[in-house]
Amino acid sequence: MNWRATAAIYRFEMARFFRTIWQSLASPVISTVLYFVVFGAAIGGRIQAVEGVAYGAFIVPGLIMLTVLQQSVSNASFGIYFPKFIGTIYELLTAPASFIEIVIGYVGAAATKAILIALVILATSFFFVDLHIAHPFWMAGFLILTTVSFSLLGFIIGIWAKSFEQLQIIPLMVITPLVFLGGAFYSASMLPPFWEGVARLNPVLYLISGFRWSFFDLADVPVGVSLAAVGVFLALCITVIWFIFRTGWRLRE
Amino acid sequence: MAAIIEVKDLSKTYATGTSALSDVTLDIREGEILALLGPNGAGKTTLISIVCGLVTPTGGTVRVGGHDIRSEYRAARTLIGLVPQEISIEPFETVMNTVRFSRGLFGKPADDAYLEKMLRDLTLWDKRDARNTELSGGMKRRVLIAKALAHEPRVLFLDEPTAGVDVNLRREMWQVVRELRENGVTIILTTHYLAEAEEMADRVGVIDKGKLLLVEDKARLLNEFGRKRLTVELSEALAELPDVLRRHEVTLSDDGLRVSYDYDTRAERTGIARILADFAASGIAVRDLSTEQSSLEEVFLRLVEDNA
Repeated sequence: MNWRATAAIYRFEMARFFRTIWQSLASPVISTVLYFVVFGAAIGGRIQAVEGVAYGAFIVPGLIMLTVLQQSVSNASFGIYFPKFIGTIYELLTAPASFIEIVIGYVGAAATKAILIALVILATSFFFVDLHIAHPFWMAGFLILTTVSFSLLGFIIGIWAKSFEQLQIIPLMVITPLVFLGGAFYSASMLPPFWEGVARLNPVLYLISGFRWSFFDLADVPVGVSLAAVGVFLALCITVIWFIFRTGWRLRE
Repeated sequence: MAAIIEVKDLSKTYATGTSALSDVTLDIREGEILALLGPNGAGKTTLISIVCGLVTPTGGTVRVGGHDIRSEYRAARTLIGLVPQEISIEPFETVMNTVRFSRGLFGKPADDAYLEKMLRDLTLWDKRDARNTELSGGMKRRVLIAKALAHEPRVLFLDEPTAGVDVNLRREMWQVVRELRENGVTIILTTHYLAEAEEMADRVGVIDKGKLLLVEDKARLLNEFGRKRLTVELSEALAELPDVLRRHEVTLSDDGLRVSYDYDTRAERTGIARILADFAASGIAVRDLSTEQSSLEEVFLRLVEDNA
């Protein structure tokens, strides 16, 4: 294994993050504060507690997931798309590095950035709501699995994209709606039976449910099912990336 | 000299059906500068892209330092540095971090002392903390070379290194390439500037329509394919050539002040001695004379025309 290649990519990508640290952190923190003000203070006060959890606290895992999914996808997709766009991808393709080493570098950096942002949002939320984390180990586990899986998805999008518009379209048109409809701000059990059934087709519901379980010990679906869903998604992304490097799709002629 | 790169029966047909290379066989010797000449679209870039791993061949094999570029790609690629045609560098990173990244990517442990020496050699050391976007065009090209050299490769590919650069910068690049060769790096450069090949190369390969037409020592190529022109400048204008000179294939310039004669350097008898003797015999006063070697450009055009 050429771990030095992985480390070089990881450091290079993290340097990009730290160059723009304030923009990287300010935007998600401001959005989260706005969500707390609107949903927590303004509307949340009129919404009764969900299964014993105050509404302001109930939305914290969903809010973190919303940002984490967007950040994972956009960090990883930009990370690999940018070298394609400016032409420096030639260096990756001529390096004595396998796809595993390259992917770990990019996806590791994208996931790290998303996790750092998640921790900042979590810290911010302590200022607004009374929060206890029931299963911190599982919380960290879900966070890592989710950021890695969606960074892998982002990596695939970055390789697929041929323009900045295409780079934006999946996070905007797919990820955000799935998070909103995946129970970020409500429990699936609050929906009428038909729509609850529809909601269960949304893969993000399983992520949010599992993550929320790690906070409050309550879930829309059994936590094992959530874990399995993340595992399947992870395996699917790894398979697609393996195929991409094997065939050189959109990379090699 | 031993071959550091062995290319055998290499072919590439793109998905569109375009055949970019067909059955190219070539040995590149360690320590030489090989110029690959050819018109646009001849297959030069495809050839080096295959060796470097950017393009997958449809047939044939390539070995670098004895390692197959596909089954032993790690060992093969560690030996290679590529300077691409386009200036492609991360705009917002510093020069030093850019080369550190390249070194790490190729699996070499950090060695800032080596990188310092390299950047000094390329006169980039003063700019080590500047962002790439702040550099001039010439400096960016040197950063590309620095990136390619950061992992201490034994072979350096330069794809059209001086395409679109001004004369001063071109000379500067040539100087850099010469110094690299002195340090033992094997250099393969593609170019369509014949002057560049003539100035730089030890050997010249001519590619056209995906075929390697020849690979030859530059001097021998010029000698074998080259013709020379003898020009005799006269003190007084001639209205026409005297009979004694007409038996030679000489031409008189319109102003009557120059007589020229083209001859084959390979011929056993070039005819020069007899022409000069006839000038003396005819009493024509000669002011000066010169000979001129035909350029690589003429050699190249002749080869490509023959391949048409």
